[in-house]
Formats: sequence, structure tokens, C-alpha cells
Amino acid sequence: MKAPTFAGVALAALLAGAGVASAKTLVYCSEGSPENFTPAINTTGTSFDAARPVYNRLTEFNRGTTDIVPGLAESWEVTDGGKTITFHLRKGVKFHALKDFKPTRDFNADDVLFSFDRQWKPDNPYYKVSGGKYDYFNDMDMPKLLDSLEKTDDSTVVMKLKTPNVAILANLAMDFMAIGSKEYADFLLKKGTPEQFDQAPVGTGPFSFVAYQKDSVIRYKANKDFYGEKPLVDDLVFAITPDATARYAKLKAGECHVNAYPRPADLEEMEKDSTLKVINMPGLNVAYWAFNATKPPFDKKEVRQALSMAIDRDAIIKDVYLGAGSKATTLIPPTLWSFNDKIPDVPFDQEKAKAMLAAAGVKTPLDIDLWYMPVSRPYNPNGKRIGEMMQADLAKVGVNAKLVTYEWGEYRKRLANGEETTGQYGWTGDNGDPDNFFFLRGCPGGKPGDSNPTKWCNAEFDDLLVKARVISDQAGRAKLYSRMQEIEHDEAPELLLAHSIVFEAMRSNVTGYKQSPLGTHAFEGVDIQ
Amino acid sequence: MVAYFLRRIALTIPTFLALMFLTFAAIRLVPGDPVEVRTGEHGMSPERLAYFRHELGLDQPVWRQFLAYVWRLAHGDFGVSLSSQDKVLTEFLTLFPATLELSFFAMLFAIAIGVPAGALAAVKRGGFYDQALMTVSLFGYSMPIFWWGLLLIMFVSVRLGLLPVSGRIDLINYSFDQPTGFMTIDALLSDEPGAFLDALRHLILPAIVLGTVPLAVIARMTRSSMLEVLSEDYVRTARAKGLSPSRVIGVHALRNALLPVVTVIGLSISSLMAGAVLTETIFSWPGVGHWLIDSIGRRDYPALQGGVLLISAVVVFVNLIVDLVYGIIDPRISHGH
Repeated sequence: MKAPTFAGVALAALLAGAGVASAKTLVYCSEGSPENFTPAINTTGTSFDAARPVYNRLTEFNRGTTDIVPGLAESWEVTDGGKTITFHLRKGVKFHALKDFKPTRDFNADDVLFSFDRQWKPDNPYYKVSGGKYDYFNDMDMPKLLDSLEKTDDSTVVMKLKTPNVAILANLAMDFMAIGSKEYADFLLKKGTPEQFDQAPVGTGPFSFVAYQKDSVIRYKANKDFYGEKPLVDDLVFAITPDATARYAKLKAGECHVNAYPRPADLEEMEKDSTLKVINMPGLNVAYWAFNATKPPFDKKEVRQALSMAIDRDAIIKDVYLGAGSKATTLIPPTLWSFNDKIPDVPFDQEKAKAMLAAAGVKTPLDIDLWYMPVSRPYNPNGKRIGEMMQADLAKVGVNAKLVTYEWGEYRKRLANGEETTGQYGWTGDNGDPDNFFFLRGCPGGKPGDSNPTKWCNAEFDDLLVKARVISDQAGRAKLYSRMQEIEHDEAPELLLAHSIVFEAMRSNVTGYKQSPLGTHAFEGVDIQ
Repeated sequence: MVAYFLRRIALTIPTFLALMFLTFAAIRLVPGDPVEVRTGEHGMSPERLAYFRHELGLDQPVWRQFLAYVWRLAHGDFGVSLSSQDKVLTEFLTLFPATLELSFFAMLFAIAIGVPAGALAAVKRGGFYDQALMTVSLFGYSMPIFWWGLLLIMFVSVRLGLLPVSGRIDLINYSFDQPTGFMTIDALLSDEPGAFLDALRHLILPAIVLGTVPLAVIARMTRSSMLEVLSEDYVRTARAKGLSPSRVIGVHALRNALLPVVTVIGLSISSLMAGAVLTETIFSWPGVGHWLIDSIGRRDYPALQGGVLLISAVVVFVNLIVDLVYGIIDPRISHGH
């Protein structure tokens, strides 16, 4: 009888587990492994989230909003008609220490110049390190915007722009503009291991990097010297859990406190569970159906308005977005500053659509192309299904829509060239500045090969767009964007379909967590009760 | 023996060449190249696109890319992962211990239960136990891994709270270096009280899920092999000599019945690797299966090509070992001739 008893004891011990007391640790179940820890060379939200606890930027997004607030730059002045920005840097900011690197000086202007130069100047020794693709720096047109960047003393940096553009302050708050330590970079270069800069990050942020095991865990420690909102937990752990169902199970079992990207199908059950809470907000994105305004009959705004009215968007949101989408009324989601809440919704009225088509002299049946997205995107979960529903709606007003698609790269290229008559497309915002959405409808974007598939160009709209880049006060800019939303609504270059709704789930004892309209995850100010 | 070993190794060369070509071709048939998948709605300017394609050698004709790939491999260079910029071999060696540890425990589970269960079914042939076991093993064999894994997580971990949901160790309470990459061994080396037990607790569910299919196969194979052996003359002789039933079955019959079972175990290694891809995904197990899935999504050509090749090498190697083990179990099989 001895053996079974021993086995029984062993099994009981295994099942019971062993509890060990520990400091306060916040566990975030993240959805994947970062490519590395330098946001400048990354493109995925997963990688940005992993580097964010460690780094700061010159400007920052106020947690839970898209408002720009001081970061490592304590203040700044815009002069020279919006072409010169002078940054006054924060003093006494300490960089983190690692096992093999102890910083000997505080943050200063050299760190700012280094962080720009790495992405900007091919002669910077770090330019080629870790593959050297600076997608965001280039996508956000930084090389075209920046003329020069110089330090006048250790705590002042002067930025000169080629054209006035105050929206650059929002670019500077984006992850790719994280400020790293030049001293650390030099140290590693001397040691002959510059790629360590991207694998074991040293920053000034609320948490310092401790360790990373690929596909398993990232560990951070609270930075007691942090100049901003102090971390309320001692340790932060990213438990890498790629499967959404497994993340939910871990959350339920209490193995993690905050859960990235819950599955829409699990939301109902999560909301019923008293140990959990679910929060949501519209994503920083938009899905739309573009009319090519250079191709008849879509050169007439009445035709564009009529077809917009023919589509039942409520049905699409219910059946395709499964509740994780909200109807869009303007190009920007309601969480962005300058959102115009006076813009009415486009009504679903097929009788009126038919009458308007007739009044515009359009003979039915009218044959058009309807291009649908070949891939699922955050703002468009199923382009084909949406295309089919639109096709059925259009048939009812006498329009025969032929469904067309291409491989994603090809699709994008052809849309940019304006080959379609109508087509689905969308946008995911980058920096929370309205300019980052409205530039899509500016006249330069309508040129062949550029990003505006509607090829619509409106002089007043374009004029306001350029003006809004020069004004430095937010309220003044908001007025112009507000007017632009009216023009766009009236002109209907596209039918705005939806913004996705982003959900986040956490244990109900987590306090202080703020969801970001930018879709990022941040943990300073978060506590466990 | 040595000649046999060398001959077997030589035979694997065509297999590897075919594999190299297949993985190379298959990933290139999937639309979107590594540069393309990085770009979102922004698109990328044609100049930058051309620049990065050139950097990665993607602007070369495919046959030339293939030859360059074979040439590098011949020099032991598996390339550099496009997403992490780490050497593919380094990434593989970092992640492989996790897969190996999981596979080892899955196999241990499958053998420890499969062999006795199959043997018992053969002895009690036709009885209730036999029928029940065969039915259950049929279920085990046809169980979709994903569903089975989630079911166990939901019931054992979430509902009953008996075992952890996923991962390899409790991340809140334990944090130690992992010199070997095998969590159970590293936990023992760490001197942290309870760490080893916790690592074992994390292994139970994934090992059961991954071991279920091999368990069913081994149980059925042991049963049929035992039935054959039990009807042999020498077993009857052993019985007639008056040996105890346990000695007849355990020593005389089972040892001889194990030979085909060993073959099956060897063959199971490849299905174990296939199962690891799914099991690792469900249990957030940081092994090579999960890494390969990620590499497909990112069109990380070098990681995918190198990973598949290295896993294949493991499968081929294990099968080679199994062949050699035959000689030890059954001295009648001589590799010399």
C-alpha cells in the first residue's frame, strides 16, 4: 500500500501548488513577442507596447487621450510662422541601469540628437544596426518635414522645419520617437555589441527593463526615479499568450490582471462575470467605401450621395462587426479632438436614392465595380461579406455591382492609381492628430499613386487643411477641422462605414487603468487592490 | 554497425534536399513577401520597397535565391530572422528545449499509460475492459488537439482551479536564470523552493494534450502485438512450466511484443512535432512550433526555412536512434548485414 500512498501525496502536492509571498506584481497577458525593444525599427503594436514602459518621448500623449503634453521636453515655443520649434528639456532625468551598464550622467540634448540621427542620418553608426528599417520615421514624412535639429546647450534643442506643420508635435509623441541613451549606445559600440541596444533597452520611463524570454515573458521593475506619474506596483510582467481563448482563461483563473484583445465572442460572458470588468472605446481607425470622383457618374456629388443612402450600414455592423463596430459619421472617431458631433448620419433610404439617381440623369441598371478588401483589417473584419451585403443593397436601387478584388499589395497599388470606380478601403491613425486623418482627402493625396482612392479634390477643403498646419493653438485648429467635416459630409467622396470598437478586459480589482484611443497599453498609475 | 549508421545518414541527404526545396518554394507561393507584409495603409514608396527587396536579395531570380540559400546552408549558415534580426540557429536552440521538454513528458505519459493499458487489454481480450479501452483510444486518436486542450483548460484550470492555465512557470512568484532552457532542470538548479513542483504542474496539461494521440496509438499497437505474442508456443511453454501469470506476461510476452511498439514510438515523433505546433499555441508554450506559426505570418523566410529543416533533422535523427534501439531489444536484428 506504500506506493499508492506516496503517489497520492505527490499528486496532491502537485495539484495544490506552492505559494510564495511576493512584492506587488501586475501581470499583463500580451498577445505576442516583440520584434525587439527599439520602437524606431518596429511596426507592430505588440512591439510598441513592450518598449513603452521603458521609454519617454519629447512630447507625450496624456494617458487615455490624444492630447499632447510635455514629456522629456518640459516646454516648447513655436516661432517663425510654424517653421521653428525650440524645445526646453527637462533637467535631472535619470536613465535606467542594467547589469553591465550604469549611466554616469543625466538625460540631455545629445540623447535627443542621437535618437533622431539614428533614423535620419545614414552616417550615424547605428543607422544600419538591426536591419535599419525606419518605417514610421519615413511613413510620417519626417525626412520631408525636418530641415535641421541642433542643440544650443545641454537642455535646449532647436528644430527647423522645411514647411510649417504643428502636427509634428504629435509625431514626436509617437513610439518611434522614443529617446534612448547616447551614453549607452556609445558604450555598446565600444564593446562591439551595438545590437544589444535594441534587445536590452535603457530609457527614462516609468519601468526599467529586467529580462525577456522570447515567446514567454518580459519583466520590468518600477523606476523609483521616474519624473512623471509614479508606477504603483513593484513589478510589471508581460505574460506572452498568443491565443485569445487562453488569455481569457488566464484572466479568469487570476493568472493575469489585464488582457489584451479579448475575442468579441467572449465579451458577453466576461461582462456577466463579477470578478472581471470590460471597457471599450472606438478605435483610431475608419472603414469607408470610396467613390472615384474622376470617373462618371461619380464625378457628380448627387450620385455619390444617392449610393451612400442605398446601403444599410446598421445591418453590416450587426452581422459583420458583431457588435465590435460603431457607425462612422465623419472620417475621425469621436475620441479625437475636433470631432464634429453636429454632422448628421447618412440616412438609409433606398426610395430617395432611386429618385436622386433619376434626378441626376443616371440610367438604371447602372453597372459599377465594387472592390472589396482581400484581407481582414482592424476596421474591416470581412471585406467580402460586406461587399456582398452592399451588392444586394445596390441591386435594390438598380445598380449592378461587380465584386472585384486583388492580392492586398496589388489592391492597394491599384486603388492608389485610381483604377476602381468604387472600392472599400480604410485607415488606421498614427498619432491622434486630426491632420493624420484629413490629409487623406487633401488634393495632393488624390494624385495617381497616392493614398486617396476617391481622387476627390476640393479647393476649400484643401485650403483649410494647409492652414490648420500652421496654427499652433488647438482650439483654432479644431474650428477648421470642424468645417472640413461639413464639406466632406456634403460632398460625399466616400460612404463612411464604421470605426472598430476596441475592448479591453481586466480583473475587477485593477484600478487606474485608462484605455488609450491610440490603442496602446500603458501601466503607470495602475494598481491592484 | 558503423557502416549501417553511415549508410542511413547518407540516405537522409535526398530527403533534406527535397525538404529544402519544398519549404523554400512553399513559403514563396504564399502571397505577400516580407517587405510587403510590413506595410499597412501607408503603403511604401517604390524606392524604399526596391531598396529593402534588394537588401534581402528578393530582387534576384528565385533559382538564384535558392542556390544562395543552399550554399549558405552547406556552410552551416541558417540565415538571420527577418523580424528579430537574430541568427535562426540561435533562435531555434533557445526555443527548442521547451519543445523537447514538452515532447519528452508527453511521450512519457503516452508510454507509461499506453503500454500497460494495451497489455492489459490483450490479456483480458474481448472483456469489458478491452472493449472500453479500444473505444476510449479511438476517441483519443480522433480528438482534435485544439478542442481537447481548451476543454482541459476550461475544466481543470478555470472551473476546478487545480492546475495553471498556461505557460511554463508561475511568473509572479518565480524568476530565475535558465541556463539549460529545460524549465524542470533550471527550477531544480535555481534553489527556489517550490519552483520544480510548479514547473511540473505547468507541464501536466500540455503533456496530456500532446500525448493523447501517441497514447492511443501505443495502446492499440501494444494490444495487437501482445495478442500475437500470447498465442506463441514459447508463451504456452512458459505457462506449462508453471510460471506465474505476471511473470509470463511481464517478462516473456511483453518484452517480445514491444518491438513494433518501439517502431510506433519512433514514428510518433513526427506527429508529436505536428501536435506541438497546436499545443504550444494553446498553452502559450514558448517552443519552436509556435515560433514557426509566427514566422509564416511575418513571411520570415529564413526562420521558416531553417526551422522546418532543423525540426526535420530532429525527426530523422530520432528515427535513426529507434532503428539502433531495435538491435538492443531484439538481438536477432543485426545491423551488420
